[in-house]
Amino acid sequence: MPPAQPGTVSAADAAPHGGAVASPGRPGGSKERTVQLEVLRYNPDTDTEASFQRYAVVCPEEGVVLDALNEVKASVDPTLNYRWSCHMAVCGSCGMMINGEPKLACHAFLRDYAGVIRVEPLAHFPIERDLVTAPDDFMEKLKRVKPYLIPKESKPIDAGEYKQTPAQLMKFRQYSMCINCMLCYAACPEYGLTPRFIGPAALTLAHRYNQDSRDGGRKQRQEVAATHEGVWECTFVGACSEVCPAHVDPASALQQMKIASSVDWIVEHLIPGGNGS
Amino acid sequence: METITTDVAIIGAGGAGLRAAIALAETDPALRIALISKVYPMRSHTCAAEGGAAGVIKPDDSFDFHFHDTVGGGDWLSDQDCVEYFVNEAPKELLQLEHWGCPWNREADGSVAVRPFGGMKKQRTWFAADKSGFHILHTLFQTSLQFPSIVRYDEYFALDLLVDDGRCQGLTAMEMRSGQLRQFHAKAVIIAGGGAGRMFPFSTNGAIKTGDGMAMAYRAGAPLKDMEFIQYHPTGLPNTGSLLTEACRGEGGILVNKHGRRYLQDYGMGPETPVGQPQLKTMELGPRDRLSQAYWHELQKGNTVSTQWGECVLLDMRHLGAKKINERLPLVHELAESYLGVDIVKDPVPIRPVVHYMMGGISTNTRAATPLPGLFAAGECACVSLNGANRLGSNSLVELLVFGRSAALSAIEHIQGLPAANAAALNVGAEATQARIRELFSRSDGSESMSGLRKEMTDTMEKNVGIYRTEEGLKEGVAKIHELRERYRRVILTDRTNVFNTDLFQVLELGSMLDCAEAVTVGALARKESRGAHQRLDYPDRDDTNYLRHTMVYRQGAEPPRVDYLDVVITRSPPGVRDYSGDHK
Repeated sequence: MPPAQPGTVSAADAAPHGGAVASPGRPGGSKERTVQLEVLRYNPDTDTEASFQRYAVVCPEEGVVLDALNEVKASVDPTLNYRWSCHMAVCGSCGMMINGEPKLACHAFLRDYAGVIRVEPLAHFPIERDLVTAPDDFMEKLKRVKPYLIPKESKPIDAGEYKQTPAQLMKFRQYSMCINCMLCYAACPEYGLTPRFIGPAALTLAHRYNQDSRDGGRKQRQEVAATHEGVWECTFVGACSEVCPAHVDPASALQQMKIASSVDWIVEHLIPGGNGS
Repeated sequence: METITTDVAIIGAGGAGLRAAIALAETDPALRIALISKVYPMRSHTCAAEGGAAGVIKPDDSFDFHFHDTVGGGDWLSDQDCVEYFVNEAPKELLQLEHWGCPWNREADGSVAVRPFGGMKKQRTWFAADKSGFHILHTLFQTSLQFPSIVRYDEYFALDLLVDDGRCQGLTAMEMRSGQLRQFHAKAVIIAGGGAGRMFPFSTNGAIKTGDGMAMAYRAGAPLKDMEFIQYHPTGLPNTGSLLTEACRGEGGILVNKHGRRYLQDYGMGPETPVGQPQLKTMELGPRDRLSQAYWHELQKGNTVSTQWGECVLLDMRHLGAKKINERLPLVHELAESYLGVDIVKDPVPIRPVVHYMMGGISTNTRAATPLPGLFAAGECACVSLNGANRLGSNSLVELLVFGRSAALSAIEHIQGLPAANAAALNVGAEATQARIRELFSRSDGSESMSGLRKEMTDTMEKNVGIYRTEEGLKEGVAKIHELRERYRRVILTDRTNVFNTDLFQVLELGSMLDCAEAVTVGALARKESRGAHQRLDYPDRDDTNYLRHTMVYRQGAEPPRVDYLDVVITRSPPGVRDYSGDHK
């Protein structure tokens, strides 16, 4: 790896949205500050182990940690690697640990951090390189919970929409807001200890479809969701809900799923004639 | 180099790519489908679309209204056969999404709700709060998971198309995780790679919007059409460029200058409508090009508000109240609060126009076919000539669906009875990619920094190809982009390792953007008229005698590109006056 230049202070012309590009009509711009970053670096091509590298860049005070990383990449060290795209907390690309907490770098405001900001790859996922982690396990689990509508009754398109009242929509809408950023997996102590745990986001999406008035697929999803790698692995620590940038509250989804699964069991085993449907 | 053989390869896994993949899988489950993207599907920029998707659904509306709104909104540069097909297909596609679980907002009776949008005569914009694109993308992605024939190649960076015997028969791509090159041999290729808004410094577009798909087609000989038409969205956050959806105005938000005047009435979009009672197709619900141009005039007159983020006008939504804002515009509320420190319930938010969307792209017909056999394109990367010279808000999300599906059906038709591929000939093409990448890695005379060139490009585009353009500025733009393309041949690759090398991808993306920028600047210089989003101070009028035509730009290697023209398809709406005055009924 070519030597990087830690500690270099770059030109102070970073626009928050677009690396080292000044937008016009910003005479003077807003207040700026020097941001110190301590970033975990690892390149499997050249490194035997990960190590921290220090950077210092000048960024607008109102900016976010992602802006600082972009300034490093554009002006100091092109070899630094991380994912990002939307810069508005909706694409879910830039999840990383910031001072030990799972955060979206585009939604981690510099104003909330003093001193050196420590930036590491998302916990509980293997590192591909630098701040880039491999999400394969999450992608596989997402698929297993069948996160798509399995219609209660099929209906041709030309028969129009399935009716759904605003109240029915509100039953699941919150759980449909998951951006798949995986911060909840990085925060979840159970996932850290028991990697087979399906985990907060995937289970929440299963719940989202289970709660949808148009859906009839809950029984199929229960084959995965109601097992010990499913909701019963969750110990209700609630860290997932605390870190969720989309306010999805996976903990409440999992709690509701546990209750529903218990009811299934009671219906199946304790109520005469119950069939668990 | 490993070869992956498939039936249809799709580049891009956003709205259009996913819709195409599902249509292929549903139509013929035996088809092998390779869905290739430089990002995981849910990271695609479709997720950032906010306001909604237009399709005729309510009894007071008609296909005819949607047709005329779109054609007039596009300043008569839309192909009318395409618009006709589109408005007819739109509700079916939106219903299909509903059947796949998209959480559309609802009326009390359980039917789908619609909201007003700019340039639309009737309320026909389906929405899921102000995260419509996000929900469309995730609904498509999640739905796609049930089809085993859709094989995804996530984080594969597409490089070059493979063309043999006059047909597109595959592509080369790099597995980003390993840095290994792969070739995909396919009977048909669909490009759904998005636009290139990152050519500009101030854009709503995410980092991934670098026009790679457009540039791949352009390099393979397919023409880029109408690239000079760049849409500025009138309401972007002045610091980050994040979009504040048109639905802000659809729900009743108003635009005022520093004197508190609703200045749109001074630019042919009046008379003023009562605050909080938005009327369709006038004032704040005029089309995006007109609103962005009005900002420019206010700026010249000194009527804008000076803020720490530059000159702005104000978007005032206070009268909507907290309840409506949180129900209909929660994302906007959050964005303005966290990135700008403005609570839209209590204060007007400063905004300014921001580069948002490209009307132009890879030239396609209504069947989503490019002039290169075997190559199809859909979504923002394509120019199917739905949007003409100015896209109406909420038509593009539907465009992804309608033409994503259309591309899939056309690809299926194309691959019937094709002769077997000549693998040796395709290998020659793949080796050319390999040589190109190797040269970058071994370059010893590099003298240009990637970020330096990129900054010069974005500055050039903003300065010379902005909301208003001039002959002098455009000539300077053309020359500068030509110079940057020349200097790009000496760009330095700093990082020469293999694993997830984003320095390499940024260098490649810069190459894509420079290809696109060439077509934009050359097309803009050649079009000596003002139409829709292409406004020339030196040619202020629309010129239907000479320019009721599409600009077609063909790449000529290192030489300047060739510019040609293609007639607009006019079926039943002769060019007329775009009237957004409230007086007009």
